[in-house]
Amino acid sequence: MQLKNIFKFNGGVHPDENKSASTRHPIAKLAIPKKLVLPLRQHVGHVAKVKVKPGDQVLKGQMIAEADGNISASIHAPTSGKILKISEEILPHPSGLPDFCITIEPDFEDTWIEKKPISWKKIDRAQLIEALTQSGIVGLGGAVFPTHMKLKINQNQTIHTLVINAAECEPFITCDDMLMRERADEIIQGALITQSILGAEKCVVGIEDNKIESYEALKKAAQKTTVEIKVVPTLYPSGDAKRLIYLLMGIEVPKEKRSVDLGIQVFNVATVAAIYRYLELGEPSISRIVTITGAVKTPQNFEVLFGTPLSDLINAAGGSSSKTKKFIMGGPMMGFDLPSIHVPVTKAMNCVIESSPELFPDPKPVMPCIRCARCADACPVNLQPQELYWFSKSSQLEKAREYNLFDCIECGCCTYVCPSNIPLVQFYRYAKSEIIAQDKSKEAANTARERNEFRLARIEREKKERAERNAQKALGAQEKQAEDEKKSTIAAAMERVKQNQQENVKN
Amino acid sequence: MIMALLVMIFLAILLGLVLGYSAIKFKVDGDPMVARIDAILPQTQCGQCGYPGCKPYATAIAKGEADINQCPPGGDAGAKALAELMGVEFKPLNEEHGIQKPKSVALIDELTCIGCTLCIQACPVDAILGAAKQMHTIIASECTGCELCLPPCPVDCITMEPVLENSESWKWKYPIYNIQKAQKA
Amino acid sequence: MENRSPYIVNAPSVSTIMLKVLLALIPGIALYVYVFGLGVIINILLASLTVIMTESVILAIRKLPIKPFITDGSALVTAWLLALSIPSIAPWWIIVLGTLLCITFGKHVYGGLGYNLFNPAMVGYAILLISFPSIMTHWQIPNNLMASPSDWLDQIRVIFNSNLLPKETLDAMSSATPLDYIKTQLTLNQPLNTIQQDKIFGFIGGRGLELINLGYLAGGLYLFKEKIISWHLPVAFLSTLFLTALLFNVLAPDTFASPLFHIMSGGSMLCAFFIITDPVSAPTTPKGKIYFGAGIALLVFIIRIFGGYPEGIAFAVLLFNICAPLIDSLTQPRIFGHK
Repeated sequence: MQLKNIFKFNGGVHPDENKSASTRHPIAKLAIPKKLVLPLRQHVGHVAKVKVKPGDQVLKGQMIAEADGNISASIHAPTSGKILKISEEILPHPSGLPDFCITIEPDFEDTWIEKKPISWKKIDRAQLIEALTQSGIVGLGGAVFPTHMKLKINQNQTIHTLVINAAECEPFITCDDMLMRERADEIIQGALITQSILGAEKCVVGIEDNKIESYEALKKAAQKTTVEIKVVPTLYPSGDAKRLIYLLMGIEVPKEKRSVDLGIQVFNVATVAAIYRYLELGEPSISRIVTITGAVKTPQNFEVLFGTPLSDLINAAGGSSSKTKKFIMGGPMMGFDLPSIHVPVTKAMNCVIESSPELFPDPKPVMPCIRCARCADACPVNLQPQELYWFSKSSQLEKAREYNLFDCIECGCCTYVCPSNIPLVQFYRYAKSEIIAQDKSKEAANTARERNEFRLARIEREKKERAERNAQKALGAQEKQAEDEKKSTIAAAMERVKQNQQENVKN
Repeated sequence: MIMALLVMIFLAILLGLVLGYSAIKFKVDGDPMVARIDAILPQTQCGQCGYPGCKPYATAIAKGEADINQCPPGGDAGAKALAELMGVEFKPLNEEHGIQKPKSVALIDELTCIGCTLCIQACPVDAILGAAKQMHTIIASECTGCELCLPPCPVDCITMEPVLENSESWKWKYPIYNIQKAQKA
Repeated sequence: MENRSPYIVNAPSVSTIMLKVLLALIPGIALYVYVFGLGVIINILLASLTVIMTESVILAIRKLPIKPFITDGSALVTAWLLALSIPSIAPWWIIVLGTLLCITFGKHVYGGLGYNLFNPAMVGYAILLISFPSIMTHWQIPNNLMASPSDWLDQIRVIFNSNLLPKETLDAMSSATPLDYIKTQLTLNQPLNTIQQDKIFGFIGGRGLELINLGYLAGGLYLFKEKIISWHLPVAFLSTLFLTALLFNVLAPDTFASPLFHIMSGGSMLCAFFIITDPVSAPTTPKGKIYFGAGIALLVFIIRIFGGYPEGIAFAVLLFNICAPLIDSLTQPRIFGHK
């Protein structure tokens, strides 16, 4: 393994990797649980439309909720069974708020619906993307963006390079690592399919230099293909898409632009493997590899059906060994505390770490910022975290926006190196969501203003119209009167003439 | 002594001229005041300020007829923003006009509604759908929560429902962080 | 529920950073003792004691926890820097008063650690210099230049009660600094090379003072190695001072001392590595640090040559502290993906 033609980004950190514990055992399949809870929102975008009702029998791989619009993803039954209910359940989300879920009671027959592999080489791109809309595949790296949307390319865009993200830079997480070790063929096949769908000339896999076995496996699988395996240094956050593109190609994706605009598209290894399984084997997205590690007794990677309760996964890993019974979803740099051990495994869940005071001690008392700028040195986006902190802390949100708060990727490097133990990222998250909420309410106020102005204009118009009508009526009456007067004058004149004539006759 | 006085007078006149000239030369042609005030107001059109809507209130503030702290939906934050814009001292919300309530939307009990259209006429943003003798309904996304539809309803079938946080509108909270608290813990 | 990611941190604490700064001052202090005797140690002890007591009282008044803020060590750094800046034979109340001023008017009136606009040590130093110009410019003569080398008891006597000593002893112990000497002698139309024949001049800077400056340089390099300070500030400061002095020296060698003299005299090294590197009152952007260091160096040179005071570091630093926020806002680095 050698590092060649690598472009280093600013900052980054290298925490203890803690990856070896969960890579000792091969990936195991987790047994079908007694109950599967499938949230309707497991992806970025619109909530999926439910297609079943309680009491329905479903087969494994049957679509139970359909993508609603373009930015949405379908949901499939992970095993055969009966729809129990559609209700609000607690989700693995930092808010801990409930949302709608479909609950399935498995029949333990695990009967597949008829699998329909798609001959992707024969059908055209539009049909292929349409088919992938049904697949339920979303970005499995954690971003959960619907995959078919990433394959949909505008006419005026061309993709020259497909980047496969195999960096897996966060400590503790090994699900991609194990997938690469065991299913490198699927990944390479998936990458080739994706490359052909995108029409990209090149396909580069970016992998950190701490995953030697995976590198060898991928190298072997890619032997007779054009897929290039490129090694990047182990430096968090190399797995961030924009950072990885820079590492591999030296291209900075400009602000407010996406990599597609530059002809580069990035997919996670697990996502391309899922594309392979869907197109070649006809299996929709119903399971994923999840790392369970930290304070559990036997850290390991499992292939878990979506909707499986987290408690089942914990038990499979030998149960918890810490008294605190706290679990983190994601890695230690960007993850969050799970609200309960009964939340379901979702498409976004790449790793669960059992927290313990030894692994993650309580934060030390927060001291004032001494502006040492270590955070700025560590920031992979080259922001000035100390300034952003100052503005976020004092809720000077417009100022924070001006200092490019929204370029922050919340990677946590700044907090990692802060001598004053300031939870910087938490301030940025707060400021960001506050700004978004304020923008939304501003927009709502604008709509309300427009609607009010329209209503006032309408009332004004109606008033005017009524007045006009009345005026017209009045005018009509007047005219009639005038006419009558005229007529009577004429009549009177006639009368006079008549009288005169009569008098003349008499005379 | 005289010399010093002369110098000072000369300087004063010179600087005055510079200031006067720049005031004319660099005049900021921003939005008219009313529009800028109106942009801060929450546009609920509730009339709690004593004016028939946000724009009339904005006009009154611009003319100096109304105070900046009469808008309950805007709350203290709104009053602060207005104070900053107008260059006056901040005043907390005047509670004579009402207190700030959590954002709510109106909900019509469709079984009780008799279809009198009175609420439709009262709604400042046309957020109620319906026709005479037909059941009415509220377009929740357009409702500003002004409560103006409540009094006209002859059968009291409209209630205000607070907007609850859901996983979409959920926000990250301000981090709890206080060295004194951390010490005790 | 708490969401406190990242869950892991790996950073030296504020205390560790400050401790390393104190550690880095030790070579300079050791050489100081070697050259001038133990007086400076007494000053450092007095300053440390005053700073701990004063800050504890202020923290108690401000209802802030005392332990974390005393142990952060930042007040000690301030105290030591002030103790190293004042003459080592100044009476005891000078350092006590100075430290008091540093902590109250330099630090806590602005909100304490992290909020001070000015470098606290320089605030104290400037007030002392303006208030007690005679005391603050009476520097001790290096031990090996004195007719009868003063023993450390003499120093203690001077510090604690100068009246106990005959005036002759006092005068024999003190003199102007080389920077001061050049300034006064130049007004008497002496050529520079004659002035520099005086016994108070050493190889490059002032006799003994050049040694202490080397000690600070060594400490500074240690701080750089430990990544406590970045290269920008010291390099910008020293190179600007050097180049400006070089320019003047080349133009008029009879009036302007050599550039090496400038960077090895007065408080140049202390300033380059310990004073302007106070992160709170300096800019944070890399470019900003360069402008800041260079600006201070220019001002130091101007004050040394054309100003009323022999040394201009305190005033230069304070003036540029005011500009730090502006410098920061004008030197924002390019963000990833921005033009």
